[in-house]
Amino acid sequence: MNQNPAPKPAIGHNAVPKMTARDVNVFYGQKQAIKNVSIDISAEHVTAFIGPSGCGKSTFLRCLNRMNDTVDGARVEGRIELDGEDVYASNMDVVQLRARVGMVFQKPNPFPKSIYENVAYGPRLHGLARSKADMDEIVESALKRAGLWDEAKDRLGESGTAMSGGQQQRLCIARAIAVDPEVILMDEPCSALDPIATARIEELIDELRGRYAIVIVTHNMQQAARVSQKTAFFHLGTLVEYDDTSSIFTNPKATRTKDYITGRYG
Amino acid sequence: MAEFAAHTVKSFDEDIAQLRAVITRMGGLCETQIAESVDALMSRNSEAAQTIIENDKRLDALEAEAEALAVRIIALRAPLADDLREIVAALKIAGVLERIGDYAKNIAKRSAVVAQSQPVAPAVIIPEMARVVVEIIRDTLDAFVDRDPVKAVALLQRDQQVDEYYNSLFRALLTFMMENPHYITPSTHLLFVAKNLERIGDHATSVAEMVYYSVTGQRPAERPKNDFTSTVYSPE
Repeated sequence: MNQNPAPKPAIGHNAVPKMTARDVNVFYGQKQAIKNVSIDISAEHVTAFIGPSGCGKSTFLRCLNRMNDTVDGARVEGRIELDGEDVYASNMDVVQLRARVGMVFQKPNPFPKSIYENVAYGPRLHGLARSKADMDEIVESALKRAGLWDEAKDRLGESGTAMSGGQQQRLCIARAIAVDPEVILMDEPCSALDPIATARIEELIDELRGRYAIVIVTHNMQQAARVSQKTAFFHLGTLVEYDDTSSIFTNPKATRTKDYITGRYG
Repeated sequence: MAEFAAHTVKSFDEDIAQLRAVITRMGGLCETQIAESVDALMSRNSEAAQTIIENDKRLDALEAEAEALAVRIIALRAPLADDLREIVAALKIAGVLERIGDYAKNIAKRSAVVAQSQPVAPAVIIPEMARVVVEIIRDTLDAFVDRDPVKAVALLQRDQQVDEYYNSLFRALLTFMMENPHYITPSTHLLFVAKNLERIGDHATSVAEMVYYSVTGQRPAERPKNDFTSTVYSPE
């Protein structure tokens, strides 16, 4: 897939967190969806958010690049920082923020444009390419890193929506990568994919680890266990437990975590 | 101890209950095999010894059953946390119990040779030693079924008693052999019988450690070892 994967930094190496959240509360109108969540997101790990439906994990994920700004009645309190910068500062350029903190959604959502244009869209918007040759290089490199180049190189002019579901999702990842983000947020990126396509995305996540801080929301416990090094368990809007993935899945500290991951919840 | 809410998928609980039942049956069968092999040895009953050797096949079959169940649960349920630890522990415990059964079978085999010679006096310690070993196995399996880490960790001390019996029997048999060289054959077999019981005690204790880990997720502290016979030169 990837020709030259970046060397992966050692796990457990204590670096300054890429993103930090402190005492974050989120409200949808009167309803409080997130209660006092504080968490550090490391640049070198894949962090998984798990928890039952409605626990707030997607809401919290969407706070990290201000996707909740577009939701009517949503209100975010507390402080979220990207490299020490306040994400919710009034002078923060939200378009720029979302380039630095990219997002991949549950359902693959390529633009109804060519494969090439899907990947070129972001870099063009942000003026990252000075020439056609520059852009070609960016598109090729993003498609390579997303493990899609071999399948896409002979059909760059075809519509992105004509690809298979798994290819579309990798195209969306290539689109996110093309603007050279620092953080990639993935909201159940495999739930609409078959097991083979899922395996390819998981492999891709593993290859991208270390190059980008990756946060993945998943309902698939085994997937969280496979792809992440840190796992956060959310329940009823609170962060119940946040620990090394191996600890969470073999020896969770909180009874609520244990009941959830062993299928005793509710 | 943690409370155990039922799984949302009830058949998962049934699968685990079935696995626990197989392990319990293996434990019960081990107790019987050890007690009866020592009875056969002491009472010089070769017929009983033959039955014990035959019965070991049942333990082998139960181990295979436990393994198949555990593999099935892992494949179908993808267990995590305490479920995962318990199923891995059950798989290992089944293997250990099968091994314990082999030791009992070996005692039964040796009883045929021992029966052909005059009684060896120090052998009177063996039934007492066997009684303690059987007790440890029973309590270990109770700790497994009750998921009781306190009981499991308490058992780690009990093996010292078995080691002490073994030490004294070892010395007694060595002395006996020096004084009665024509009793060396039955004495050597009895030494192996004692060694078998000592090994069973160690295995049972390792099962208690597995139970402790399975319930708590922590390893118990290093346990004391009191078998010093490997350094004995002559029975002073």
